[in-house]
Amino acid sequence: MNVELIFEKSDSGQNNYKLPEWKGPSSSIIPPGYIRTGINLPDCSEPAVVRHYNNLSKMNFGVDNGMYPLGSCTMKYNPKINERISGKKIYSSIHPFAGEESSQGVLRILFEFSEYLCRITGLGGFTLSPAAGSHGELTGVMVIKKYFESIGEKRSTILIPDSAHGTNPASVAMCGFNVKEVPSNSDGDVDFNKFMEMLDKDVAGMMLTCPNTLGLFDRNIIKIAEALHKNGSLFYGDGANLNALVGRVRFRDVGFDLMHINLHKTFSTPHGGGGPGSGPLGAADHLVKFLPVTIVIKDGERFGIDSDRPDSIGRVHSFYGNFSICLRAYIYIRMLGCDGLKDISDTAVLNANYLMSQLKNIFNLPINRKCMHEFILNDKGLPNGITTNDISKRILDYGFHSPTVYFPLLIHGAIMIEPTETESYESLQRFIDVMKTIRKECDAEPEKILGAPHNTPVKRVDTVLAAKKPVLKWGD
Amino acid sequence: MSYTGLSHEQRAIMLKAAGAADIDNLFSDIPKEIQTDCISGLPEPLSEIEIEKEMNLIGLNNTEYRTIFTGGGAYNHYIPAVVDEISARSEFYTSYTPYQPEVSQGTLAAIFEFQTMISSLTGLDITNASMYDGATSLAEAVMMGIRTNGRRKVLVSRGVHPNYRQVLKTYAWAGDFDIVEIPLEKGLTDFEKTRGLIDDHTSSIIIQSPNFLGNIEDTKSFSKITGNSETILITAVVEAMSLGLLKGPGELGASIVCGEIQSFGNPLNFGGPYAGYISAKKDFLRKMPGRLAGQTLDSSGNRAFALTLQTREQHIRREKATSNICTNQGLIALRTAVYLSLIGVKLSSLAQLNHNTASYLKNKLTATGIKSVHDNTPFFNEFVIKPRDINRYIFEFRKRGINPGIEIGRWYDDYNGCLLVCATEMISQSDVDEYCDILKEASL
Repeated sequence: MNVELIFEKSDSGQNNYKLPEWKGPSSSIIPPGYIRTGINLPDCSEPAVVRHYNNLSKMNFGVDNGMYPLGSCTMKYNPKINERISGKKIYSSIHPFAGEESSQGVLRILFEFSEYLCRITGLGGFTLSPAAGSHGELTGVMVIKKYFESIGEKRSTILIPDSAHGTNPASVAMCGFNVKEVPSNSDGDVDFNKFMEMLDKDVAGMMLTCPNTLGLFDRNIIKIAEALHKNGSLFYGDGANLNALVGRVRFRDVGFDLMHINLHKTFSTPHGGGGPGSGPLGAADHLVKFLPVTIVIKDGERFGIDSDRPDSIGRVHSFYGNFSICLRAYIYIRMLGCDGLKDISDTAVLNANYLMSQLKNIFNLPINRKCMHEFILNDKGLPNGITTNDISKRILDYGFHSPTVYFPLLIHGAIMIEPTETESYESLQRFIDVMKTIRKECDAEPEKILGAPHNTPVKRVDTVLAAKKPVLKWGD
Repeated sequence: MSYTGLSHEQRAIMLKAAGAADIDNLFSDIPKEIQTDCISGLPEPLSEIEIEKEMNLIGLNNTEYRTIFTGGGAYNHYIPAVVDEISARSEFYTSYTPYQPEVSQGTLAAIFEFQTMISSLTGLDITNASMYDGATSLAEAVMMGIRTNGRRKVLVSRGVHPNYRQVLKTYAWAGDFDIVEIPLEKGLTDFEKTRGLIDDHTSSIIIQSPNFLGNIEDTKSFSKITGNSETILITAVVEAMSLGLLKGPGELGASIVCGEIQSFGNPLNFGGPYAGYISAKKDFLRKMPGRLAGQTLDSSGNRAFALTLQTREQHIRREKATSNICTNQGLIALRTAVYLSLIGVKLSSLAQLNHNTASYLKNKLTATGIKSVHDNTPFFNEFVIKPRDINRYIFEFRKRGINPGIEIGRWYDDYNGCLLVCATEMISQSDVDEYCDILKEASL
């Protein structure tokens, strides 16, 4: 069955949406040459629009539908109370130029939220401007650039391990630095000797994901931090995976000078099918002055926006970042408190280690040591030419979302599994059973795997065709 | 409150299976000296009942104006109930970026519709799946231009939103390209000065229409300056509603259009989340930053959708990617698609209503003795006035539950004491009458 589009339901004269009628005088000084001559948008009734999008929603899989073990993405439960409160008009209707007097409630939340993030990470200050983790990273690399400018040193290299998120090298390149890739050793830690060989006076900093994208805590991390600092370089922590460590480790204690976090991964904000996200960036005390403008400050009982920041890198967002996403995360922290936050990492790590213990004898486990919040299997030794992609499609047939596949790049055919802390024992059990069944099918009924998925709204989608002959809008 | 759900017995079974004596044992890779027991200094945890009460109380410190004449890049448009209802479906808002297209057709089809609708409104061939916001989409559009023609000088009009120009400045410093500002002349980008500033190093010219002062720029004339040269004309559209009434800048010769779509069904939310986008001529396809949804077939030969041309992107190309952008603003793009489906062909009337209301306000203010600063310049739903005493003006209105506009002297020395006033469809004729009555009542 074809996936239908709203344009195909459109027909002239169906739209009966009523607008207020303008009864006043009308006069316009817009020259006729500026005026649009036609509008090419759907012409549908309200019921038809609602039915169309409801039907589309049924072709989507969300966390509320089932387990979503998409490694590195942390698809955990999104509390409904966050949605209710952030939808209240007393928050949603506040204009960004309403003025400080009129937005004291909003400013209080932004101020306290930054304070909470400082306490959780041990860092000295946070900017809430970045609209996503990747944006936080970019802002962080800008801070590194600004720092070296401020001390009058020219350094042009940033070290990035081969296990890093792809956004790391891309952010670095946007700020004019060169990327040098540091290899990992066979245990999944940074190869410390190689790292030391690469560390010279041209190195502005190193970006390290902690725990790394193999789901491991790098055991050399303190040595790395000390070596970087001794060299005058900065240590940037990609804090995407804070959900494995919240309440267990304060990132400043690790030696990170800068770190962004992704609010959806630790603080339960919804991912929305690809955003909106929020990627606050934290800085150690000596770098706080370089953070972007629009930091909320408290003066007595009043909250205000600090725009007098002469050392700042400048502005990175139209306004103050994704306020309503920060609001959800603030609510979550207020509900969980210290113990609740620690329970996130404890349970996420327990769920991942349990799942690993049950799956490692079914699929190949390339790195066999205790994991943090996620772990990686791969397709080594699978019969009948079955690949990671085939396994991921077959998992969909059993009512689960697939794990992340083919990432990180340094593990061939990676299947990266992150159960998160909000999965129940029962759903983990069901996932284990499904993986066992699939492994048996690989031997007994390979065609079922190779032709998967069979039970999804559409069959296997041809992504090669999509790229070969790009059709990016209806009617092309 | 907690959202985990393991019993003590289950935890014990799982620990044993994982080969760990206790939970601390699972964290044994972390050096002891950096482990901590607890986060100090967070408030006591609250129940759901308590947090809702607490948040209601904190919210009281915000002022909810009953009438909003404030725009400047964030517009108080009506949000139809359908938009909230659809975007609250958890299949949409609790899903991830559509990496597995077989279970993500809802998101993908909506993005594809979004790309189609925005391309149609901007008058260009292709549109990406949305970006963080208007300001960053402008910076990304400029960098796309630089990647295309290899030039590193950019001319930006002072009519572009001041915050957008600041973001562009930050990205330019980081990415090492030069920005030259084009001055304004009578509230519009100075055409002659633009012509004088262009040279062989100019990558792009950036104008915003309607510009920050509300005035509609003559995009067509600017496109004639760039003509067949390699210099690219970029037009930013910050008030998306204007596209319902005005020709798409692509139709008028802009090669790239970028902007903000908050106006199409998204709440003010103190400035975010909103979403930006880039539309462009198809020659820019391989240079485009951000996600793209494309049409394809499934293995049964039926139409389906998938993220496409991912070799441009960071997770494949790493430091050679067209941008570091990872996600789009999926849910905002969805809301926009739903909004534009529902309002649909009526968008022209809705935009006309905005324009009629704003024109009525402008004329009535003139009659009351407060003239628009650029009286004869075409505008859409915003314009600049100069009250006698701006501070008292703002104070008197706010006292009455009305936010009268934005003071713009903080960005423009030559507009000291001026107010940017906006009227959307949320303003009725009687709201305008009340606005003008207050002028008399408070002798403003």
